[in-house]
Amino acid sequence: MNQPLFPAPDVKPGQTPPRYEGRAKVTGEARYPSDVRLPRTAHAYLHTSRIGRGTIRSFDLAAARAVPGVIDILTHETIGDDPRHMPAIYQGGYISDSVRPLGSADIVYWGQPVAMVVAETFEAAREAARRIVVAYAPHPTLAADIRSADAVTQAVEPMTIDTGDFAAAYAAAPVRVDAGYTTPAQHQNPMELFATQCAWEGDRLTVHEPSQYVNNVRFGLAEQLGIDPGRIRVVSPYVGGAFGAKGFLTQRTALVAIAARRLGRPVKLVATREQGFTVSGYRAETRHRVQLAADRDGRLLALRQEGWELTSRADAVAMGAASMTARLYACPNISVRINTVAADRSTPGFMRAPGEMPYGFALETALDELAVALDMDPVELRRVNDTQTEPVAGLPYTSRSLMRCFDDAAARFGWKDRSREAGSMRDGDWLVGWGCATAFYPTYAGNSAARVRLSADGRVHVSSAGHELGQGMYTMMAQVAAEELGVPFDQVTASLGDTDLPPAIVAGGSSSTASVAPAIMAACEAIRRRLGVEGGSPAEVMPALQASGMWVVEEFAEVRAHGLPAESMASLYRGRATPAGGVHLADRVQFALGAQFVEVRIHARTREIRVPRAVGAFAAGRIINPRTAHGQLIGGMIWGISSAIHERSEIDHRNGSYINANLAEYLLPVNADIVDVEAMMVAEEDHQVNRAGVKGVGEIGVVGVAAAISNAVFHATGRRLRDLPIRLEDLM
Amino acid sequence: MRPFHYSRPSSLAEALIDMRDALAAEPNSSAAFLAGGTTQLDLMKLEVSRPDRLVDLNALRGEAGHIRWDGTSLRLGAFARMAEAADHPDVRARAPMIAQSLSLAASAQLRNMATLGGNVLQRTRCAYFRDTSWSACNKRVPGSGCAALDGVNRAHAVLGTSDHCIATYPGDFAQALLALDASVVIAGPGGGRTIPFARLHRAPGTTPHLETSLRPGEIIAEFIVPAGGWFRRSLYLKVRDRQSYEFAVASAAVALDLEGDTVREARVALGGVATVPWRAREAEALLRGRKLTEEAARAAAQAAFTEAAPHAHNAFKVELGQETLVRALLQLATMETPR
Ligand SMILES: Cc1cc2nc3c(=O)[nH]c(=O)nc-3n(C[C@H](O)[C@H](O)[C@H](O)COP(=O)(O)OP(=O)(O)OC[C@H]3O[C@@H](n4cnc5c(N)ncnc54)[C@H](O)[C@@H]3O)c2cc1C
Ligand code: SF4
Repeated sequence: MNQPLFPAPDVKPGQTPPRYEGRAKVTGEARYPSDVRLPRTAHAYLHTSRIGRGTIRSFDLAAARAVPGVIDILTHETIGDDPRHMPAIYQGGYISDSVRPLGSADIVYWGQPVAMVVAETFEAAREAARRIVVAYAPHPTLAADIRSADAVTQAVEPMTIDTGDFAAAYAAAPVRVDAGYTTPAQHQNPMELFATQCAWEGDRLTVHEPSQYVNNVRFGLAEQLGIDPGRIRVVSPYVGGAFGAKGFLTQRTALVAIAARRLGRPVKLVATREQGFTVSGYRAETRHRVQLAADRDGRLLALRQEGWELTSRADAVAMGAASMTARLYACPNISVRINTVAADRSTPGFMRAPGEMPYGFALETALDELAVALDMDPVELRRVNDTQTEPVAGLPYTSRSLMRCFDDAAARFGWKDRSREAGSMRDGDWLVGWGCATAFYPTYAGNSAARVRLSADGRVHVSSAGHELGQGMYTMMAQVAAEELGVPFDQVTASLGDTDLPPAIVAGGSSSTASVAPAIMAACEAIRRRLGVEGGSPAEVMPALQASGMWVVEEFAEVRAHGLPAESMASLYRGRATPAGGVHLADRVQFALGAQFVEVRIHARTREIRVPRAVGAFAAGRIINPRTAHGQLIGGMIWGISSAIHERSEIDHRNGSYINANLAEYLLPVNADIVDVEAMMVAEEDHQVNRAGVKGVGEIGVVGVAAAISNAVFHATGRRLRDLPIRLEDLM
Repeated sequence: MRPFHYSRPSSLAEALIDMRDALAAEPNSSAAFLAGGTTQLDLMKLEVSRPDRLVDLNALRGEAGHIRWDGTSLRLGAFARMAEAADHPDVRARAPMIAQSLSLAASAQLRNMATLGGNVLQRTRCAYFRDTSWSACNKRVPGSGCAALDGVNRAHAVLGTSDHCIATYPGDFAQALLALDASVVIAGPGGGRTIPFARLHRAPGTTPHLETSLRPGEIIAEFIVPAGGWFRRSLYLKVRDRQSYEFAVASAAVALDLEGDTVREARVALGGVATVPWRAREAEALLRGRKLTEEAARAAAQAAFTEAAPHAHNAFKVELGQETLVRALLQLATMETPR
């Protein structure tokens, strides 16, 4: 294994532009929202609840007030009427949860903000926050997690699917699998903490906050504060990791805005790592029951997946991704049920491949169980059931290259050398197992707008309120504009992450490039039209501009995504642009697909589980920048490894607290755990999905890895482990 | 924001006086020593430790930062950094177990800061100890109860526990010192003393807040590791949830003196599974004079855990601890040792 850790993507030198903002980031020049220093800033610190359910009887703030430098302490008793109540995004609001901050004496989850101190220094604010004493009246019962007797299960009827007659087909089939699976609560833990700075100038408010959707923050906050959204600007030029956690407005922003308004000076809050566990949404724990039936050749006859997802009592959130797993393979009889299980926890939300990871884990592990029951190679089982038409409504895939992914990755991995019998591969004291699974991710796109300016000195500026999460948005924007206008990459500058710019969709659902690239292309086309070279080659653009006698041409374009009605364009300008696509279209389904192969090694005596090798192959339409795409894919695969054998937010059943809410105890892989990870990009052309032919690669890398690992663990040991994470005690 | 008095004495003698004065002025003083700070500052930020006075011992590196082989013993100054000891040729050649226990611990950055003396005195990672919002922790607040008994206790101990505390001793190096019969040189306001390392840590019993036999104001100055027949055939095996930068779920420090394939002497200490660095004397006794077969190793491992008292989430540590010891013993049996 003398290869480089992460073999470089196969691109010809000079063809792939380097990361646009790479230098700024490694030199520290890049200013993240919390790096911005505003004069006279006061510092805020949250005090969060230490019980999971109950009420606040009283505060003792004397000691906190006595800390030198303390200016203000906000509690539900002192905050006043703002912020107004707002339903969560899932129920039509803008915000990740509906529990109004400092809204009342009620405590509905552990880690709920109950007070915010503002002081001259961060240290004084922290000290005072720690000196706040809250007397609680805890509720006698508490549902801390999905298994709690007091949690309330409710069916999510609109997510039900019934195709054919599942029960009859299942009962009659010769080969069947029926098993339960679970995935744990997990937290995104982006390196950059949840920071917010608010500064008022008169009645205008500027918010510096890392965000995956600046316009959502702007319009949501305006509604919470009852002010004109035109008076709010949200700025987020760099985001230090988000993974869904910064997808939507959270309750902290209004608190900071209110504190800044009270004091008439800028206020800065940086929630701690622990507070980050409840400041935003997270991946909730899930349970699944999967029933599969097949004929002796492996053809699926019946498929049923029922999911249970933890949610808060305040907000019903369900990812319900069985709508996708049910459409992956040809099968005449399908049944899907989704349930929420409400407990005394903060509202869950999106975490990279939110539904795809847990639902994919359950289905793809069940398929491996079916392959074992059939004594069939798991790759062949997927081949037998491959389809170009989804089985629920009979809609065509716009493109689907699943088996090419399997074949390429299998060849690279050396799958043909696998001996099928469980426990049959061993290297000294280490049991070796090889496993595989399908990766899938729906292709979404949303309405977006962009502005492009070309000047006669050959410089281009491209802008759109998209977001740079580290995934390569600046690079993509500059690269697309450069290609469309025939100028060198280094002549292009890009702006993003600012509500003053043309609006774009949330940086979520792997849809940024698929949404914003078409808008940039449309703006560039408008420039070509102005210059009379519409439809010509990019090389004609500069000469045409120079011949025109103009110095600058600037064009704005907005693009509506396939599947969205004409009225939807207005929502782009109200912070509500929603992605369309995946399984939600009337005429087709859109998916990126891939194949994951892993090797696991388990020590024969002490049972440590290691994953020394992972190979993934992904077909995701056009890859605009193989360098940044490769980073996304291997990053996703590493997340997949982590989701399978490392991460679990540990919940104390007595108060619903996370007892490992810090990076020392929240188990994440370190470099030594990640040995050889290879992501291959399978060429695929899809002219339907969107103008750019892009499917998105931000999340698919995660999907399927956990199943591939559990399947490999079975192959190594003969033990079928259906609960994540898989830890050594599960193999004792 | 929590003000404390800070001093940085330039010699051991001065440091002892500093601390003696602090204790004399305020008998209930929470004064603490500071070495590398990787435990001490951590706990101060968490407000688990709230010293009114901090006596910084880092200027003592010249006086007690040595690593030396004196012909009969390894002498390790308490202020040598973990990384220095892990990389030192005498340590690596003469007591590989010590070098391994150090280089498998923490991260490179921590090993560059942390000292050997501070290392053996590191505090437990029990989440309920480290988070002051849990009111019940006998170790932090004597008599308050133990939140871990009915809490998340996967990481907790199965050996040496009591009804008052089941916190695991988290370190690695201490097991090596214990297995190799090291002793500790202690400097105190009333003079120096040397005790067996085995007497440094105290099992929780009814007083889990008392973790060592150090008296107020005493400073660890040096560790002395005597040479033995088993010195070179030694191994520190650490089983953990990830490949690096992680505390042990179970570990074994094992040294063997073999005559052919018969055990003349065995030294066994266990980590990750006990409340204190744990010497498994029953296992040693069973091995002595026997051929080192898988059965012998297994019998020894079982003997080491006969007293184990698991809780809700850590029952697996009994079997894992045994397997860890078996694996270490069998690995040592076949190890080539340099003459
Ligand atoms: C994230 C993380 C991971 C870690 N992983 C591991 C691991 O895998 N294995 C492992 O073994 N350790 C691990 N550690 C613990 C680390 O090794 C210890 O924190 C370190 O060795 C302590 O040494 P120090 O010099 O920094 O001590 P300090 O923090 O300065 O002091 C520790 C304690 O000892 C006292 N003290 C220090 N020196 C003396 C002396 N000479 N005489 C008397 N009292 C003294 C101090 O007052 C304090 O109470 C980890 C720590 C962290 C933060
Ligand atoms: S195990 Fe010990 S340290 Fe942990 S809570 Fe109980 S008494 Fe405190």
